[in-house]
Amino acid sequence: MDLAQSDTNPTPEVKAKGIGEYISSHLRQYGLLFALIAVMAFFQIVTDGTLLRAVNVTNLLLQNSYIIIMALGMLIVIVSGNIDLSVGSVMGFIGALAAVMIVNLDQSVPLTIFVCLVMGGVIGAAQGYWVAYWKIPSFIVTLAGMLVFRGLSLWLLEGQSVGPFPKEFQILATGFVPDIFPVSWGDSFANMLEIRRVKHVNILALATGIVAAAVVVWLGLRQRAQNKLYGIEDEPRSFFIARNVIVAAALIFVTYKLSLFRGLPNVLITMGVLTIIYAFITQTTTIGRRVYALGGNQKAAKLSGIKTERLTFLAFANMGVLAAAAGLVFAARLNTATPKAGFALELDVIAAVFIGGASMSGGVGTIIGAVVGAFLMGVLNNGMSIMGIGIDYQQMIKGLVLLAAVIFDVYNKNKQG
Amino acid sequence: MALLSMQNISKTFPGVKALDRVNLDVKKGEIHAVVGENGAGKSTLMKVLSGVYPHGQYEGEILFEGKPARFSSISDSERHGVIIIHQELALVPQLSIAENIFLGNECATSGVIDWRQTNRRTEELLAKVGLMEAPSTLVDNIGVGKQQLVEIAKALSKDVKLLILDEPTAALQENDSRKLLDLMLELKEQGVTSIIISHKLNEVRYVADSVTVIRDGMTVSTLDATAGISEDDIVRDMVGRDMTHRFPEHVRSPGKVLLEVKDWNVWHPEHVDRQVITDASFSVRAGEVVGIAGLMGSGRTELAMSIFGRSYGRNISGSVKLNDNEIDVSSVDRAINAGISYVTEDRKTLGLVLDETIRFNTTLANLEGVSSGSILKRNEETRIAEKYKDALAIRTPSVFQKTVNLSGGNQQKVVLAKWLFTSPEVLILDEPTRGIDVGAKYEIYNIINDLAAEGKGVIMISSEMPELLGMCDRIYVMNEGALVGELDASDASQERIMSLIVNE
Repeated sequence: MDLAQSDTNPTPEVKAKGIGEYISSHLRQYGLLFALIAVMAFFQIVTDGTLLRAVNVTNLLLQNSYIIIMALGMLIVIVSGNIDLSVGSVMGFIGALAAVMIVNLDQSVPLTIFVCLVMGGVIGAAQGYWVAYWKIPSFIVTLAGMLVFRGLSLWLLEGQSVGPFPKEFQILATGFVPDIFPVSWGDSFANMLEIRRVKHVNILALATGIVAAAVVVWLGLRQRAQNKLYGIEDEPRSFFIARNVIVAAALIFVTYKLSLFRGLPNVLITMGVLTIIYAFITQTTTIGRRVYALGGNQKAAKLSGIKTERLTFLAFANMGVLAAAAGLVFAARLNTATPKAGFALELDVIAAVFIGGASMSGGVGTIIGAVVGAFLMGVLNNGMSIMGIGIDYQQMIKGLVLLAAVIFDVYNKNKQG
Repeated sequence: MALLSMQNISKTFPGVKALDRVNLDVKKGEIHAVVGENGAGKSTLMKVLSGVYPHGQYEGEILFEGKPARFSSISDSERHGVIIIHQELALVPQLSIAENIFLGNECATSGVIDWRQTNRRTEELLAKVGLMEAPSTLVDNIGVGKQQLVEIAKALSKDVKLLILDEPTAALQENDSRKLLDLMLELKEQGVTSIIISHKLNEVRYVADSVTVIRDGMTVSTLDATAGISEDDIVRDMVGRDMTHRFPEHVRSPGKVLLEVKDWNVWHPEHVDRQVITDASFSVRAGEVVGIAGLMGSGRTELAMSIFGRSYGRNISGSVKLNDNEIDVSSVDRAINAGISYVTEDRKTLGLVLDETIRFNTTLANLEGVSSGSILKRNEETRIAEKYKDALAIRTPSVFQKTVNLSGGNQQKVVLAKWLFTSPEVLILDEPTRGIDVGAKYEIYNIINDLAAEGKGVIMISSEMPELLGMCDRIYVMNEGALVGELDASDASQERIMSLIVNE
């Protein structure tokens, strides 16, 4: 299209942005990262180093895996301007379904997993249908779902716990990726580091961490170079370096700790791959872009030719599949399905997403933010448990952290507006 | 004696100077009309007066009853007896007339409402404004005209000294308007001073004792109307400039018929038996700018939105042809793919995702154009956004600026950019210059002329008749859901358009 320049000269109100201004406009992202580091440092000190012991780091990941898996779906639901209160119950129901299929009905593990994931999708789709096409508020639809599926798990399990699961199902949650490198390498590496308590270092875990760190830095550098090329305002060099050093060091540190215990948990791989996929979908695909538009301004999105109903429907169906996946992991981890599984867990998931910077009104939030938010909650849970703080105080502290994060958001927004 | 004196009032919004040293003097016991074009600053001035923009957010001095007044909020100004009735009525539809009248001002002792007194006083007030309805009737169940009267009754319940009516008749039918104006005259007899904001000059002539004309945020003149006043005098002051200077020069040579809509009928989405559009047929040629004139509520937006992917109404029937081929406009994406774009009337609630960047908004309606296999090419996206930023002269530090931070004119350009990127053949522009300043308007007019020069068909819906007369080759006149006339630019005038509307 060839549009002639208007006769008035453009006078861009360009302002050189200082570092201070950069910080204030990106306070949220850095704040979250620093909060996580500060909380970890605090618990590391007050628990006399227990927090970051190899076995505890492994535990931390396993304990939070199902929260993170569900947070991925919840982020999309919340960005689209909705909420899903049913995920805890759906998770419990799917765990119950898996237990009944495997333990009571003697079905094979692969078939069970397949049926459970499909069932999760159907449950999500059923709820999404009412929200998307009947315009019933998601709060109400999923509140109903929460009650219905809680009741269904009770009915399915007849009020009993069902278990245990066969080994091949348990490895979903408790298995570790075997080291592909020769055992002797790991042994000599352990000797080299002169770690007395550890006889063997899992080289695969460590190598994965180093490669992941390298990839993160490489992607960052590439993006930065492109931003420069297109004249996009970028973060100051010092921030870029500091952020990348912290992230890379954290990745290597965590995998190093894992390598001292039993290596990479299967769940970590699942979680990592899912996180990357969902981060990619939300940031660089048309469907992700449309979800943000839908949550940001539904009417404008609709008038821009976006099929808002279908998108809402898909967001819920996707949430259902992820809740099912989380349900399988949870059941495998406990090695039993109980009627109370997943009780009130939806609140932890929703809290993680909001701590991660998502907005209740939709259109705002990131996958990475939600994952970091989930870890922040996880570290709080874990650290306080190690310290022996009672569940009463734990709940209060978690509640206040959530409130503080959201107040911080609102304060920032008001200041900018 | 002056009841109110506003002196040198200035008010600036980001990117726009809405008021520039405006003066307004209102005598006790008169009806004072404030007139001006859309966007001249009338409503902003009234918001300053009523405390919507509290003291400190504007410059200048307000004297009320001879004393300096510094209202900090609407409730503060109401305590002093200044009561404004806005264009958009502030009634709660689910509450009764009585409840609405005494909302926030209940007849109550320690929080317990005295319903007998409430109803008795409501009946008195309703009698005063001439509204025959029971106090317990829900506001939702009465028409807009009667709702307007409830608003006035509400004002009267509060010991009003100065009543401000912001475009009170904009949404009213002819006879309802007349009743309202008569009520104003009656209230004047009872000693109520009022300010009426309007751009319907016949109404101004009917009720006003003095008229203040505002143009581009400045006071142009204050005329005494008691001895009679001619509409021409007011119009001259309102418009000020020659028409030729307000609209860029253009020479057009429309080609063959591009878009043709035939026998378009639309029913209301909720009231099933109400027909909103009746047998509308119109056409646009390539390289032609066609206007649709009509009052607010005449069905112009509904016509456009029902064509654009059935975004409005139900039981829609009729045919849409583009280049002589019938096209499918049954959903928004199909309409876009067929080559139709609709630039919405309200850019903030319908046009933009305000919390997102210029780049995000520019590509939103055509993400396929910046992606391959549904993966976005973000550098390409940036390039496109930069291209439109330059082509439309969007004033911004970068395309990564959130659109919420832009001025109205620049926001409108982003919305235009979004639709230009869908490569439409026909653009429907609904009130494309509403609420933006004069300079930005001129730029939008330039863009429209460029689009026509490229051979696109442009349909322009506008409430500003001078704008239609200055920009269009042909003008359709719409009234009560039907196209009641078609005028060629050469023999169109405000009077002819108006008479087509009135004679229907």
